[in-house]
Amino acid sequence: MTSQYAPLSPQAALAEADRCLFCFDAPCASACPTHIDVPRFIKKIASGNVMGSAKAILDANVLGLSCSRVCPVDVLCEGACVMHNLHQRPIAIGKLQRHAMEFFYDVGGALPQAAVALPWKVACIGAGPASLACSAELRAQGARAIIFDQRPLAGGLNTYGVAQYKLAPEESGREVELIRAAGVEFLTGIEIGKDILLDDLLRDHDAIFLGIGLGGTQPLGIPGEHLGGIQTALQFIADYKNRRPVNIGDRVVVIGGGNTAIDAAIAARHLDARDVTILYRRSERDMSAFAFEYEHAKREGVKFMWNARPVAFHGHNHVGAVECEYVPLIACDTVILAVGQSRLVDLLSSIDGLQLHGGLVKVNPESGQTGNPKFFAGGDCVNGGREVVDAVAAGKRAARGILQWLT
Amino acid sequence: MADLTTSFAGIHSPNPFWLASGPPTNCGEQIMRAFDAGWGGAVWKTIGEPIVNVSSRYSSVDWNGNRMMGLNNIELISDRPIETNLREIYEVKKRYPNHAVIASLMVESTREAWHSMVKRAEDAGADGLELNFGCPHGMSERGMGSAVGQVPEYTRMITEWVKEAARTPVLVKLTPNISDIRVTARAATQGGADGLSAINTINSITGVDLDTLIPRPNVNGHSAHGGYCGPAVKPIALHMVQQIASDPQSQLPISAIGGISGWREAAEFILMGAGCLQACTAPMHYGYRIVEDMVDGLASWMDSKGFPTLDDFRGRSLPRVTDWQHLDLNYKIVARINPAKCIGCQLCYTACWDGAHQCIHVSGSDRSAIVSTPTATAVSHAVPPSRIPRVDEGECVGCNLCWLVCPVENCIDMVRVDNGLNSESWAERSSRIPA
Repeated sequence: MTSQYAPLSPQAALAEADRCLFCFDAPCASACPTHIDVPRFIKKIASGNVMGSAKAILDANVLGLSCSRVCPVDVLCEGACVMHNLHQRPIAIGKLQRHAMEFFYDVGGALPQAAVALPWKVACIGAGPASLACSAELRAQGARAIIFDQRPLAGGLNTYGVAQYKLAPEESGREVELIRAAGVEFLTGIEIGKDILLDDLLRDHDAIFLGIGLGGTQPLGIPGEHLGGIQTALQFIADYKNRRPVNIGDRVVVIGGGNTAIDAAIAARHLDARDVTILYRRSERDMSAFAFEYEHAKREGVKFMWNARPVAFHGHNHVGAVECEYVPLIACDTVILAVGQSRLVDLLSSIDGLQLHGGLVKVNPESGQTGNPKFFAGGDCVNGGREVVDAVAAGKRAARGILQWLT
Repeated sequence: MADLTTSFAGIHSPNPFWLASGPPTNCGEQIMRAFDAGWGGAVWKTIGEPIVNVSSRYSSVDWNGNRMMGLNNIELISDRPIETNLREIYEVKKRYPNHAVIASLMVESTREAWHSMVKRAEDAGADGLELNFGCPHGMSERGMGSAVGQVPEYTRMITEWVKEAARTPVLVKLTPNISDIRVTARAATQGGADGLSAINTINSITGVDLDTLIPRPNVNGHSAHGGYCGPAVKPIALHMVQQIASDPQSQLPISAIGGISGWREAAEFILMGAGCLQACTAPMHYGYRIVEDMVDGLASWMDSKGFPTLDDFRGRSLPRVTDWQHLDLNYKIVARINPAKCIGCQLCYTACWDGAHQCIHVSGSDRSAIVSTPTATAVSHAVPPSRIPRVDEGECVGCNLCWLVCPVENCIDMVRVDNGLNSESWAERSSRIPA
C-alpha cells in the first residue's frame, strides 16, 4: 500500500515526536477510550527510550499495536490534537504508537508478570479485543483467566475482520502471543453450548466475561439472496485475510454504508476487481463510515451509488445483477453484503437475569457487570459494534469490575 | 538602502560580516570563495608553527531535532606551513583589495618570535592582526592561546611586544574562560591594542557516547575538553561583549564573536556596541551562502528602523543594561491569556504551577471519564472552554514564564497594570531606609 500506511523510520519518528508540544492533561489522552498517556509515550520516543514508550502504551492498552493500526485516529486522539488550532497537521500519534509497539515486539518485549496470585478463575468467552483486554488485566492483577473461542485462531475481528491493509492476522497473533506469555490460557475451537455447556463454565469459574461480539451479517431478506456469488463482508474479509482463494470477478457490488462496507470494497479493489460500487440505501450524508474512510475508498477507485435500495438479485445459480428501486439493473459478478451484524440472542437469552436491549447486553458502564452479577460483558455485544479501542477499554474496565466484585 | 560599509579599528570592509578564524578560513581558495559569496572580511586560520591534528575533532549538541545547536572542537591552529599561509594572504589581498584580511597569529611567548611573525604577516599584506589569546584546548597546554589570555599580565606584555613591531591594527582575541573578561580586556587595552575580539570558545565536553561510554569527540578511545561555540553560546557572548563595551577602562572597538548565525544576532551585537561581527559555526554548518541573508536581513531591518548606517544604532541598547539594583521595583505586569487564540495545551498552567508562582488555573481533568469513539464521521477541533487556563492577576508576579512557554504567538500578553506607585529601585529604597 501507499506511504500513508507505511511505518515511520526511526529518524522520522524522532522528528515527529519532537513536534509534540507535550500538552498538560493532554486532550489526545482524554479522547482515547483507553486513555493512553499520549504525550508521555511520545516524549519517551523523543528521548530515545522507545521501550519505555511501548510500556507506557501497554500499561493503558494491551492491544497498543492493533489500535495503532486500526484506530480511527482522525476522530480520536489525532482529532483532539491542539495542533489543529495552530493550523498545523496533528501529531501522527497512531504512527508513533506503531513505531513504539513494533520496536517492542521486534526486540521480544514481554508484559510484566503478576506480583501476587489471586484465588480466582475467570472465563472469558470470545477471543476478540474485549476478552483479550479483560483477560490481560485479570492476569496482570494476579487472577487466572481462560479464554474460550469457537474459531481456530484467537484475536476475534483483529484476526478475521480488520481490513488486511490495516492489520495482518500475524500482527494480531503477536498480541495474542504476548497475552498468552503473560499467563492467560486460551482454549480455541471450542463452542459454548456445544463443546462446553454454559452451566459447566459457570460452575468452574468465579465469574464469566462475555466478549462474544456479534453474530453473522444480517440477511437482506430479498429475492435471489441464495444465489452464488453473494457473500457477507465478514466472510469475504476473513477469506481474503487468511489467503483463501477468493474469486470475485471484475464487477463487485458492496451493499452497505458503514466502515465494513468500505473495508470490503477496498479489499475487492486490491483483488483487482475493475469495477467496485458501494450501494447505499440512503444519502451520502447519512453514511455511517468515517469521512477519512470514505475519502480513502474514493482514492482507491471505489464508486458510490446513493439512495439505492436493493429489492432483488437476478441470475441463474450465480448472481448477475442487482435490482434497486428507481435505477436500472446493475450488472455484477459478486455481491458483498455489509449491512450490519445480527445479535447473538440465542446464547444471551439463555443466561438467567441477563438483560438485553435490542439484542445487546445491558451492563453497568463502570464495571461491565450485567443483570446476572456473575456475568460481565464488553465490546461489540454491548456496544453494537464499535472500534477495537472501545472493546479494549470496556474489557479492561470489566476486569477491574470483576475483581472488585469478587473482593 | 542601508549602508553596511564598515570601518573597524582602521580596517575597512564592504560589510561587517567577517569569517572568524577557523576551518572556514583555512586557505586562500576558501576565503576567495567566501568573499565571492558576500563575506566582508576573513580572519585567517591562526598562523604559527604548523601543528599536527587528531581525528576526530568535532562534537556537537543537538536539541529537539535540530542539529548542532552547539559545536565543540579540539582542532588546533593551522597545520600548514607559515610561508604557504602568508603567500596565500598575498594572493587574496591582491585579488580582493577591498575586503578585510586579518592574520590570526599564535607563536611561542618570546618577544623575538612575535616581532618576526608580525613583520612577516604584515609584509604579506594583512590588513590587521588578531592575537589568538583564546584557544582553550591543546595550544594552551604549550603555553599559548588561553594560557596567555587567562593571565592579564601576559596578555598585556605580549600585546606590547606586538605593538612594538606592528604597523597595522592589532586586535586581541579574548577567552571567555575567565571569571571577569573585563580584566583581560583592560590588560589588552593597556598593552596598546587597537581592538578586541570576543569571545573565543568556551571550555566544554559535549557529551558521552552511552553505548561506548567514551566522551565525544572520540580519539581512539579517549577525548579531551574542547572549545564550545555555535547558537548555544550567543547569550554568553552577548553578555561579555556588553560587559567590555560598558567598561570605561577599555573603550576599544569590539569584533563580536559567539553564535552569530544570522542578521538578528548581528543586529543584537551591534546594539550592544560591536563594531563588526565574526561567524564560524554557522558557515561550517550551512556554508558561506548564509551571508547573503545576513547582509540582506540586516539592511532590511535597518531600513525599517530608519538607520542609514551601522553607526546610527551601534551601542544603542547599552544604556538599557544596568545593574539589578537600579531596576524599577514598582513596575508591575501580569499575564493575560487571549481565549480566542488559546489552543488549550495548558503548558502555561503546568509551567506556572510547577515552575513559577501557582497563579494560572484550569478546570479539573476529564481524563478518568468513560469515552467512546464518536459516531460522528468527523470531529470539531474547537478548543473546549474548559481547557483554557485563567490567570489570577492578583497573584501573578509578571515573571514571563507562561508567555515564554506558550506555543501560540500573541496568545499571552504581558500587560502593564497601574498600581499607583512611583518608580523606585532597590538602590533608592535601600538608601531611603536607614541601615
